[in-house]
Amino acid sequence: MRLLSQWLNDAHMQQRGTGQAQAPNQPPAADQGGSAAIDVAHLVKVYKTTRAVDDISFRIARGSITGLLGGNGAGKTTTIAMIMGLVLPTSGRVSVLGAKIPEQRYDVLGRMNFESPYVDMPMRLTVRQNLTIFGRLYAVQQLRERIDQLAADLDLKEFLDRSNGKLSAGQKTRVALAKALINEPDLLLLDEPTASLDPDTADWVRQHLETYRKTHNATILLASHNMLEVERLCDRVIIMKRGKIQDDDSPEAIMARYNRDTLEEVFLDVARGRVREETP
Amino acid sequence: MSEIVSHQPRAISLQRINAMVLRYWYLLMSSWPRLLELIYWPALQIITWGFLQNYISQASGFFAKAGGTLIGAVILWDILFRGQLGFSISFLEEMWARNLGNLMMSPLKPIEFLLSLMIMSLIRLAIGVIPMTLMALFFFGFNFYAIGLPLIAFFCNLIFTSWSVGVFASGLVLRNGLGAESIVWTLMFAVMPLACIYYPVEVLPAWLQVVAWTLPPTYVFEGMRALLIDHVFRADLMAWALVINAILFAASFAVFLALLQSAKRNGSLLGGGE
Repeated sequence: MRLLSQWLNDAHMQQRGTGQAQAPNQPPAADQGGSAAIDVAHLVKVYKTTRAVDDISFRIARGSITGLLGGNGAGKTTTIAMIMGLVLPTSGRVSVLGAKIPEQRYDVLGRMNFESPYVDMPMRLTVRQNLTIFGRLYAVQQLRERIDQLAADLDLKEFLDRSNGKLSAGQKTRVALAKALINEPDLLLLDEPTASLDPDTADWVRQHLETYRKTHNATILLASHNMLEVERLCDRVIIMKRGKIQDDDSPEAIMARYNRDTLEEVFLDVARGRVREETP
Repeated sequence: MSEIVSHQPRAISLQRINAMVLRYWYLLMSSWPRLLELIYWPALQIITWGFLQNYISQASGFFAKAGGTLIGAVILWDILFRGQLGFSISFLEEMWARNLGNLMMSPLKPIEFLLSLMIMSLIRLAIGVIPMTLMALFFFGFNFYAIGLPLIAFFCNLIFTSWSVGVFASGLVLRNGLGAESIVWTLMFAVMPLACIYYPVEVLPAWLQVVAWTLPPTYVFEGMRALLIDHVFRADLMAWALVINAILFAASFAVFLALLQSAKRNGSLLGGGE
């Protein structure tokens, strides 16, 4: 009810389909008609003199895949870290699956998970040992069966008893994904999930994420530099630049608004400060 | 909500503590240099100080009478120092492995994390110190366990101090990254001259004695000398040490939580580098 009333309060701010740039504080169309998995309002993060995130607001509907796009230093990782409660906002409000972050984060951490290039799985432990430990941390029941299932789904069987440090980059990414899925999270936060992967492995990871979202009605928020990935996976794209939201819509609507054929072209327009074409 | 997960977000979970202990156990068992390192330094210590004790016992009537005070002091110092290292190194393993973000994003609570580090400090201590005490018995005829029940009081007070220092040092590393790692290795040595491990408190200048008596280990080492030299168990010293330890323990937890909050404000939890 609280989320619904927040949504109603903010609903009058929506100006979608007008061809105008959506103001950063407006909730997106993807949220209409459902409670939000993530609700971010007027979020600001200042590191000493750097304004890493500058008054951003958005809501992410349950069961959607949203891409957070932006160049280096755009504020994507800081935004995700604040959603996870690993970084405290300077001001603003975050709620995840109905819980205030960071105050109530332990109420929902068991229903979330994440993968990031900024963290690793312990290298000396085998894949099975790592998954066992994280499975226990997330209180996964019938853990052995769950690990076997993930090993089958993510093709880990042949190196399940090999130490993490002896795996290739692609294998490590699959293991990190297995860790991120160990608790069958309702909300998955992914920071550059296919960074440094070859196209084949990256495509394989994307397929798996799509399948997971469909089969579990999970919400996925991913930060990426990979425009094709975002174009293919995401129902919605939030483009960030210098800590602010530059645009927020479906990939198709954004490409149409900028009169571009690919998100990469849109990204370059935004990054280089070109004025976009207005759609009628 | 995920149905495969049992959900008790507010309770302290033994399962999560157990998972962390298992994580460090796997690590220890996967690496023989780590295991060897646990035994190597305590063994060297006891051999060196054992021979010194033998030598000065022959030359000095006092040390002949107070047999074992040096070896006893070395073993108790190792409990203090290795207890802290056992705690802090397990914490550093997470920083070295860049695994802290995974843990902080999991349902593992800070108190559960710290409890698992304490359990690991006991396990690592046992691996290092038990062989040390056996060497003291077989090579130098000093039976550490003959101290009897007072040993429990000595041990508890020393391990509480070691955990307090370990919690504080880990908080500093958490906040400042691996650039602060040297604090973990050196902080306990700041206690060493004031804790009066090898000499009585009276040898310190009067003003420094006041400082020394604020440290719980000072009471333990004084208590050990009272027991080995005068054959008196000073329960009053142990009680004072326990009171100061309780204050230190609570303060170190508060400082750790404050440093964790500061790390979250600073954004250093995902990085953890230099």
